[in-house]
Amino acid sequence: MPNLKELMQHESFFSPGHRMCAGCVAPLVVRQVALAVGDTPVVVANATGCLEVASTIFPYTAWRCSFIHNAFANAAATLSGVETAYRALKKQGKINKEIKFIAFGGDGGTYDIGLQSLSGAMERGHNMLYICYDNGAYMNTGIQRSSATPLFADTTTSPAGQVSSGKSQWRKDLTAIMAAHNIPYAAQVAPSHFMDLMTKVQKALSVDGPSFINAMAHCPRGWRYDTREGVELTRLSVETCYWPLYEVDHGKWKLSYKPKEKKPIETWIRKQGRFRHLFTDKGQTEIKWLQQRVDEEWSKLLERCKEVG
Amino acid sequence: MSRLLSWKEVPVAGWLEKKGNAKEYETGDWRTIKPVWIEKNCIQCLRCFVYCPDLAILSQGEKVAGIDYQHCKGCGICANECPSKPKALEMVAETDSE
Repeated sequence: MPNLKELMQHESFFSPGHRMCAGCVAPLVVRQVALAVGDTPVVVANATGCLEVASTIFPYTAWRCSFIHNAFANAAATLSGVETAYRALKKQGKINKEIKFIAFGGDGGTYDIGLQSLSGAMERGHNMLYICYDNGAYMNTGIQRSSATPLFADTTTSPAGQVSSGKSQWRKDLTAIMAAHNIPYAAQVAPSHFMDLMTKVQKALSVDGPSFINAMAHCPRGWRYDTREGVELTRLSVETCYWPLYEVDHGKWKLSYKPKEKKPIETWIRKQGRFRHLFTDKGQTEIKWLQQRVDEEWSKLLERCKEVG
Repeated sequence: MSRLLSWKEVPVAGWLEKKGNAKEYETGDWRTIKPVWIEKNCIQCLRCFVYCPDLAILSQGEKVAGIDYQHCKGCGICANECPSKPKALEMVAETDSE
């Protein structure tokens, strides 16, 4: 268990003054990761996305550590190159520091555009941690749907109206895809459960080989809710079992948090403007579908973790 | 508001001379509502410190020590998450605070 009081004594590798929107949960994920890392030297790579764009506006940078950005699709490939160079220099005796490698990508740069480079890096077994902050759409360019967008969410490219009721597909289960790469460590986290997040980050950094963490990151702009509710809604996404917290440690699935009482999905989506169209007479069937699918996914996960529902 | 750098001050060739210099950029003027920390109600649970997306909760040693108004964007997460009763963080309108 990480000791928060001890960790808060270190200077964070992420600085204030970044220009993410007020109430954005993505910098909150980075902040908690930075807390968990403590004073270990890290190299951070970023996929293009809100985080990269808003944290590195010239002539400012919000990163106190080494930082590299290349393109949208290749954060994992770029960092795997950096990591290989580090290993080569270490072998030659030119570096003798222990350095950790962390890549951050949004859901667009991870689920969609960066998937093949991420898959490659994981398969080659580079000693790095990839963290995806999943805000469920391309928020940086104006809320276009991604493969992480939830079913029935209203986005600019899956607009809800008279004919359509938002996105018509279920989201891709990326954490399971990454676990299927047989990497030593894959986990799903939410910043509302910060002790769990920090424990998992420390665990992921301590394994030898690639690791992957998928973090829930609510977006007040794209999801259309009050900025103050960011963490409260994140907690609800866990309590409704839409975003279960679990880890896959060397192939072993383990549930990290089981809500005492599973809340209906309605409690989470009611507060978000992107689901507003469901709260009409005809939307009731859609909410039922959504609930049914969440239940199915949840029982599938319980089975994988060998838990009794 | 943060002053824009002139062409003479901007480093040549995209070179950044200081790490984490975003701290010099003030985002506090984005605020319309601001949090006020009431020390006597604070139970030092550190939740606001961990949940602040803008790293604007100041700490001293192992304790919360106040709010960095230069960088706080006024999202209200800290006041919403504050578990102490009565709350140790309250949001007030920016104009009422003077």
